[in-house]
Amino acid sequence: MTILDVNKVTKSFGGLTAVAKASLKLEKGELVGLIGPNGAGKTTLFNLLTGIYTPDSGTISLYKDGEEIALQGLRPNKICSAGLARTFQNIRLFKDLTVLENVLIAMHKNIKYGFVPSFLHLPSYRKQEEKLVEDSIELLKIFNLDDKKDELAKNLPYGEQRHLEIARALATNPKVLLLDEPAAGMNPAETAELRRIIKEIRQKFDLTILLIEHDMSLVMSICERIYVLDYGMVIASGTPEEIRSNKRVIEAYLGEEVNNA
Amino acid sequence: MKKLVGLGLTYVIIQALIMTNLISYYLQDTLVTICINIILAVSLNLITGFTGQFSLGHAGFMSIGAYVCAFITMRNPTILGFLIGVFAGALAAALMGFLVGLPTLRLRGDYLAIATLGMSEIIRIIFLNLEITNGAAGLNGIPQFVNWTWLFIFVTATILGISNFIKSSHGRACISIREDEIAAEAMGINTIKYKVVAFVIGSFCAGIAGALYASYFYYIKPDLFGFLKSVDILVIVVLGGLGSISGSILAAILLALISTYLQSFPEIRMILYAAALIAIMIFRPQGLMGSRELSLELFGKLGDSLKSKKGRV
Repeated sequence: MTILDVNKVTKSFGGLTAVAKASLKLEKGELVGLIGPNGAGKTTLFNLLTGIYTPDSGTISLYKDGEEIALQGLRPNKICSAGLARTFQNIRLFKDLTVLENVLIAMHKNIKYGFVPSFLHLPSYRKQEEKLVEDSIELLKIFNLDDKKDELAKNLPYGEQRHLEIARALATNPKVLLLDEPAAGMNPAETAELRRIIKEIRQKFDLTILLIEHDMSLVMSICERIYVLDYGMVIASGTPEEIRSNKRVIEAYLGEEVNNA
Repeated sequence: MKKLVGLGLTYVIIQALIMTNLISYYLQDTLVTICINIILAVSLNLITGFTGQFSLGHAGFMSIGAYVCAFITMRNPTILGFLIGVFAGALAAALMGFLVGLPTLRLRGDYLAIATLGMSEIIRIIFLNLEITNGAAGLNGIPQFVNWTWLFIFVTATILGISNFIKSSHGRACISIREDEIAAEAMGINTIKYKVVAFVIGSFCAGIAGALYASYFYYIKPDLFGFLKSVDILVIVVLGGLGSISGSILAAILLALISTYLQSFPEIRMILYAAALIAIMIFRPQGLMGSRELSLELFGKLGDSLKSKKGRV
């Protein structure tokens, strides 16, 4: 069952076509990799999917409970509520807020009380806030961040900041999670931990994941399918084995060493 | 509970000082200025310090509250008329905030500052040219209803309302816009909505402040609500610390006191005032409080550490 269908999406900046008629499909529950050389348009594609840019042409559809939702042209917050969440390549945490507050903000859409209870701190406020904090701590436990909930996000070590970004994206209760280079700058031990987390959240939250990553050992070991992007075009797609032996991919991106690895 | 006791004590002590004439008529003016400035600064802090939207139009919203309240109380000089005037003024200011905020809050940083500045100038010039506002001469003889009790009620309501709001999920949504607008949107926060909400709440409170001003000083004219008034409020907010409500309160009190005590040196008053501002900004560039809050727990901790020291001795 298809959950995300990206159909011939194009985006140009002046004379530069960053994404050219890129099409990809995610099946429900899949973990798919998106690789390609620097400047291939991977992050631009993410920005198109999440509404930070509007595509010049093409369609993006999310299938939720058998309904089709057209995502192109929606504002980022609408896309997030529809069930598509992301992390950022250059970490974009609310860095002067605490770990807990970062997650609480992402859970904002669970709040049902209006403005009046928020001025007066009525019982409905107290009840829902308590529930929200409980849920947030539950979520932080998966990332072993629950005992650091009162630390400022900027004071966390780099690897944990990456984890917190994933936790924050999960707090929006997504169907599809887009991870933009989650292992960038991590050491092998941190990458191994990340691998465990991705596996765990995928099962626990019934997620479909699209992953941009340059760490080939990570991509090849956890992704079921891979799309390769070059000059904004999808030049190949298939299982890790197929990608590893694809001539165009080797030429454009992987080089020879993967065959020897 | 502790909060209520603290508030009650503040009210009773100052009321007693006024009744025993320890706070003279002259100092009462300062007290009123402090209270009005606290309302203005705390509400501007919600817009600029917490939501991160740089606004230079707060005096414009204040003037709407002042004129509306003046009209109503001059035609209906009763306590009920006064209360209706305050709320009508605040609502009119909030409505203006909504109408102005919707298009201008798409702008960021300096552009927003220029747009809000232009807006407040337009409001001022409209008041300057209308017949019912009596043009540049302004309105005189507005019935005076404001006393310490009313001030205390409105100041407390504003401070508690806004600090409660900040601690709610809606308030956190506003803060996330200041922290990182793109990330906030990607996390499902409707950034346009919450910018407008902060703007409307801020202008509502500015309207209250304007109404209280009109009712206490019984004379208003467009010149009082010019660009410089907006800057005055912004100075309080920045001096107290962007994102600190107790900072805004402290700064409003401090600046009013400095200004009052410098009255004895009329020639060099503004020079000393400016020098004091510069000195504070050099030594505390993040403002008096930074983004922290002064709380009773802080005093509690202080007390505990003193006690434990005594215990060891």
